[in-house]
Amino acid sequence: MTARRPAWWLYALLVLLAVVYVMPFLIQVATSFKTEPDAAAHPISLVPQTFTTAAYAQLLGGEAFPLWFRNSVVVTLCVTVGRVFFDSLAGYALARIHFRGRALMFAILVGVMAVPNVVLLIPKFLVINQLQIYNSMPGLIVPLLVDAAGIFIMKNFFESIPQSVEEQARIDGASTFRLFWSVVLPMARPALVTIVILSFQGSWNELSHFIVAANDPELTNLTKGVAQLASNQLGQGTKYPLKLAAAALMTIPVALVFLVAQKRIMNTSAGAVKG
Amino acid sequence: MSASSIRRGQTRDGWLFVSPAMLLLAVFLLFPVLMALWVSVSDWRGVGSPFSSDVGFVGADNYANILSGGSLQQRDFGTAMRNNVYYVLFVVPLQTAAALGLAVLVHAKALKGRGFFRTAFYFPSVTSAVAITVLWLFLFNSSGAVNAILGWVGIDGPNWFGDARGIFHTALGAVGIDAPAFLTDHRTLGISWWEWLAGPSFAMSAFILLAVFTTSGTFMLLFIAALNNIGDGVEEAGMVDGANGWQRFWHLTLPMLRPTMFTVLTLGLIGTWQVFDQIYTGTQGGPAKTTLTPAYLSFQTSFNSQRWGEGAAIAFILFAIIVVLTLLQRWALREKS
Repeated sequence: MTARRPAWWLYALLVLLAVVYVMPFLIQVATSFKTEPDAAAHPISLVPQTFTTAAYAQLLGGEAFPLWFRNSVVVTLCVTVGRVFFDSLAGYALARIHFRGRALMFAILVGVMAVPNVVLLIPKFLVINQLQIYNSMPGLIVPLLVDAAGIFIMKNFFESIPQSVEEQARIDGASTFRLFWSVVLPMARPALVTIVILSFQGSWNELSHFIVAANDPELTNLTKGVAQLASNQLGQGTKYPLKLAAAALMTIPVALVFLVAQKRIMNTSAGAVKG
Repeated sequence: MSASSIRRGQTRDGWLFVSPAMLLLAVFLLFPVLMALWVSVSDWRGVGSPFSSDVGFVGADNYANILSGGSLQQRDFGTAMRNNVYYVLFVVPLQTAAALGLAVLVHAKALKGRGFFRTAFYFPSVTSAVAITVLWLFLFNSSGAVNAILGWVGIDGPNWFGDARGIFHTALGAVGIDAPAFLTDHRTLGISWWEWLAGPSFAMSAFILLAVFTTSGTFMLLFIAALNNIGDGVEEAGMVDGANGWQRFWHLTLPMLRPTMFTVLTLGLIGTWQVFDQIYTGTQGGPAKTTLTPAYLSFQTSFNSQRWGEGAAIAFILFAIIVVLTLLQRWALREKS
């Protein structure tokens, strides 16, 4: 009864909506291969009048863009590895170790999760400045190494693993870290994959933290660089093909991660949420 | 090994495990908030340490400068509040409705290609706000794709990101209504009541559409998960009772989605009051300050104008707004259930 065949108009509606959601990206890719006059004259056309890779050549052949890309890769990899380790370590303790002060730690965690990111813009700068890590790679990476939501996800997952899996190892006299590292963590693969996806996506797309943590051009990452390119802070004029090519290139890594992890993302309810 | 020594060992291990994470959260979240709270009641000018002895306590002065007195700072704050209120009023209902609509459409198991449709709707959520804003600037420029499409149906589209007219003002102007004196004479937060009623500018409207485009896919996933949890049993019971599709959705499905609805609305409220990346990338508050938001104003006041106390004060007012709205909403949705 519920397996009734959907009506034709449902498909028509869905196709129309899909066009609305996909079309902007097709226009983006097409425009990045156009000349500037062509982009201005034919804003919707999906076929460049004269196909050119000039925008990509200019970005990849220049000095700034490859540097931004490299900085983004370094920061994202460090942040992702750090979050997977620290989030799961803390999540394990909060889920499995009965220690004095656990309730307090958990309360602080929940409280910290409620602080909106934007409110922290100025405060973060103040602390980074005080610690004298302003304009340094550690200043870009260290403040992002832990996220409260990730700890929360790991804690919930560890609670779902039966206690009995650790018992044999505990009788054998394994240390708590050994229990965590060799017994429980390998079982937490689904949660770890979620943390990896969220961390990668989050730190690759992060902007405001990098604005307040550094102003050295050598430390500019992709989001900051492309944002400055877009708002003509670098004196670029309209140059839509160039800007859209830059935006397309910065989207490729997250798009790849998305496509690889798609099945997991589409089946989970703990997705990343942005404003 | 006695029970107490196990306990002691566990406490040591527990603290060892949580301390790296908690230390980082304390240093980069908790401590900064306290430090900024101090800055918001101090006359620190951005030079040296805010804790040095020549920085003075000024009480609520920074807050008063923003909230009263008719200064430029107050007008900017009022304008930013007006802009963000419209952003919230439009984005939250639209993104929630769009997300629920999409979820209901792609939920059916018999639907062919539902994986493709889900991916299409979710993809904008994956990309960065910066990349999408760049794309939006191109699509909504005066001779861009959006205006070309509007041209097909004979509408002469505005220069979206350059047009400071409020859409309510424009609509009222089209039917010949101009600013009545009693609305232009009264002011709240430094701007006239007539300006409060301007509606979002065309520039802000483009940002509103951007927000719906990028967030509806994420929230769709939450609704799909909730619909899957409800299962088919409820639907079938409704069918047996002879309820039609709309009645089943309205009286059976929707009430069961209440917890998810609460989550989506809360996350929506929290997110829409924080809009920053798009403004930084796109318009920097222009044209005529109609896309200025409190979050961006807070950043600008501190980093560009070096008025750190006021910038921090704006951040805390924003924080208070988000907390109050979240609590209010929690209370409102609890009452009925």
